[in-house]
Amino acid sequence: MSARFWSSLLLPVVLLGVAIATFLVTEPLSLLGVSPPPIEQLTVERTVLDEEGIDLKVRATGSEPMHIAQVLVDGAYWRFTQEPAGALGRGTSAWIHLPYPWVEDELHEITFITNTGATFDHTIEVAEATPQASAAQFIGYGLLGLYVGVLPVALGILFRPALQQSGPRGFEFALALTLGLLVFLLVDTLEEGLELGDQAASIFQGHALVWLAALVAFVALMAVGRRHREPPRGLALASYLALGIGLHNLGEGLAIGGSFAAGSAALGTFLVIGFTLHNLTEGIGIAAPLTRERVRWVAWIGLIALAGLPAVLGTWIGAYAYAPHWSALLLGIGAGAILQVMIEVGDFLRRTSIASGGAMISVASISGFTAGIVIMYATAYFVQV
Amino acid sequence: MKLPMFNRRGFLKSGFWGAVGSLLGLGGHATADSKSYSMHGGMSEPTSSGGMMTVGEVDHARNGFDPSIVLSDWDTGKVGRLPNGQPLREYTIVALDKEVEIAPGVFFPAWTYNGRVPGPSLRAMEGDRIRIRFINQGSHTHTMHFHGIHSARMDGIPGAGEVAPGESFTYEFDALPFGCHLYHCHSVPLKRHIHKGLYGAFIVDPDPSRHPEHADVARSRVLGSEENQPWQEFVMVMNGFDTNFDEENEVYAVNTVAHAYANHPIRIARERPVRVYLVNVTEFDPVNSLHLHANFFDYYDHGTTLTPTLRTVDTVIQCQGQRGILEFSFADHEPGLYMFHAHQSEFVELGWMGFFEVVE
Repeated sequence: MSARFWSSLLLPVVLLGVAIATFLVTEPLSLLGVSPPPIEQLTVERTVLDEEGIDLKVRATGSEPMHIAQVLVDGAYWRFTQEPAGALGRGTSAWIHLPYPWVEDELHEITFITNTGATFDHTIEVAEATPQASAAQFIGYGLLGLYVGVLPVALGILFRPALQQSGPRGFEFALALTLGLLVFLLVDTLEEGLELGDQAASIFQGHALVWLAALVAFVALMAVGRRHREPPRGLALASYLALGIGLHNLGEGLAIGGSFAAGSAALGTFLVIGFTLHNLTEGIGIAAPLTRERVRWVAWIGLIALAGLPAVLGTWIGAYAYAPHWSALLLGIGAGAILQVMIEVGDFLRRTSIASGGAMISVASISGFTAGIVIMYATAYFVQV
Repeated sequence: MKLPMFNRRGFLKSGFWGAVGSLLGLGGHATADSKSYSMHGGMSEPTSSGGMMTVGEVDHARNGFDPSIVLSDWDTGKVGRLPNGQPLREYTIVALDKEVEIAPGVFFPAWTYNGRVPGPSLRAMEGDRIRIRFINQGSHTHTMHFHGIHSARMDGIPGAGEVAPGESFTYEFDALPFGCHLYHCHSVPLKRHIHKGLYGAFIVDPDPSRHPEHADVARSRVLGSEENQPWQEFVMVMNGFDTNFDEENEVYAVNTVAHAYANHPIRIARERPVRVYLVNVTEFDPVNSLHLHANFFDYYDHGTTLTPTLRTVDTVIQCQGQRGILEFSFADHEPGLYMFHAHQSEFVELGWMGFFEVVE
């Protein structure tokens, strides 16, 4: 590269620095006659309850460093320690340790008071001891993930022989059903992601994070999938399906692990069985594009793992290392991945319909699409609290 | 969970006004009553509070007033005599905006009389002529409205003795009736002007010559008299602070600083009687109260009688603006820490709790 290239790259950056420095020195905002008041924001990212009391991970996103001066628990000033101590700069986090005798199954209200007298509330809806990373509990959460992720996908794939018996219209029906399923998953993943985005500290711009991660993931996966200028089909298409579904299941795992850990999974067993039933359709979806292919059993195991195991990972993360902004990012990526497979499955459906002398829009495809959405919506009944 | 909150930094000028105040000989510490005990050096952290405490210490020097000194810091004014022979007491009060640390690390943008909350505890003798030069150096219009007997012109309400920023007014009236009274700002909006810190105690000692039937009792209340010497007298202004302006208090206290007397218990000599001038100026809550542990007291509502209006009680409630005198003794008790607090648990948990440290 020439010196001219580098200097033209450097000049705007240097000028920007000069402009910022000038702004800071001359303070043109003072001409407006207002001194913009600092804005304070505090977000609780994690809540840990144990026999020592209550620990909260807080993240400050004030326009100036914030000082947590006092902490109230249930309307009472309580002794606390902050780690690390001192002012919380923009975007930084700290742990607040409260030696508070919390009451199991009851609600606790925490209020942070900053040096300016501003208050920030955090509600612990149902106080439950936070899971300690014991081997037994770790396995327990893992099993939970297997039940809601791996098991239903594997069972759904067992429908494949039935799909093979059902002729071209049946094949189209199954592909359209997969599309319907994906539409539901897309909506669900986006909703979940945006909800987590709301919980994240404002500095992470939760909603933008979800939408942009979805867009980038979608474009990237489309590019990778069509790198040979051919839409993916067969095992490749099934793999993308498994990836998209897997990322969605990761989100479900996060929700399940998080809610069990936070004590808000009131329905317990019912919830797990509900998810198992709900996710059965995902297995059918993965099997659909492979109806007419010969697939080795190792490949099947790989597909099941790709689609199901993220649920296990999700329950662990949800239970032990929950951070709303990371979860929102993962779900955004998941939404993008689902959108990519929707395009590819739709394309596959169109081509197979035409090849078999039909059209993409047919009685079989419309009824399959509708059935996919209805089945997902109806089985979601079991997992809504 | 994410509530944008606007900081209030309009009070950086307090340093400037503090300097003005000290130039005028205001603010800062008046010399404590010579007979009062030093309140310092008590237990810094009574274990009996459990974990339910504010964390840290308030910087009283920066505030310019120390609750332990405020307890018995009487402002008796400049004493003189009118041509007709009537005793005259002259006071100067300056309204100032000032940021006050009301709990460790929590700063409240207060409006103050003489840079402190509560304002100076004005003390006079029944029948004295009171002359108060009130200078408003604050950012809003203020008044001084006294609970007492005076003319309409001297009432300190909008239209009668209200003072715009930068101006002044002189209130003049006779100190009547004797008792435990208060003064506060009566500008509107009323809630805001009071709860921002514009209030203080106004104590009128009974003139023994006017009350021959209870002359001894009256004399014991006269500051500086021989009969008054054994008494350990404290002023306690029950107040609260709504730091986020949602019309609910985040901090409750006596004399402003949350847990001040829990961190530094009020020292009491066991043998000598105790008299507390209790005033309630708490905003937003209809009543406040004081409960004394392990002891009972006699209570004089408004302090306008020389015989108790309530005998042998351990809890008294006061509505907003109500006040009275508590008299009790720890002579028959063993030394130790004796708690006192509002008997609204909510207020206790938000800072209104302290200890008497009874010593030999």
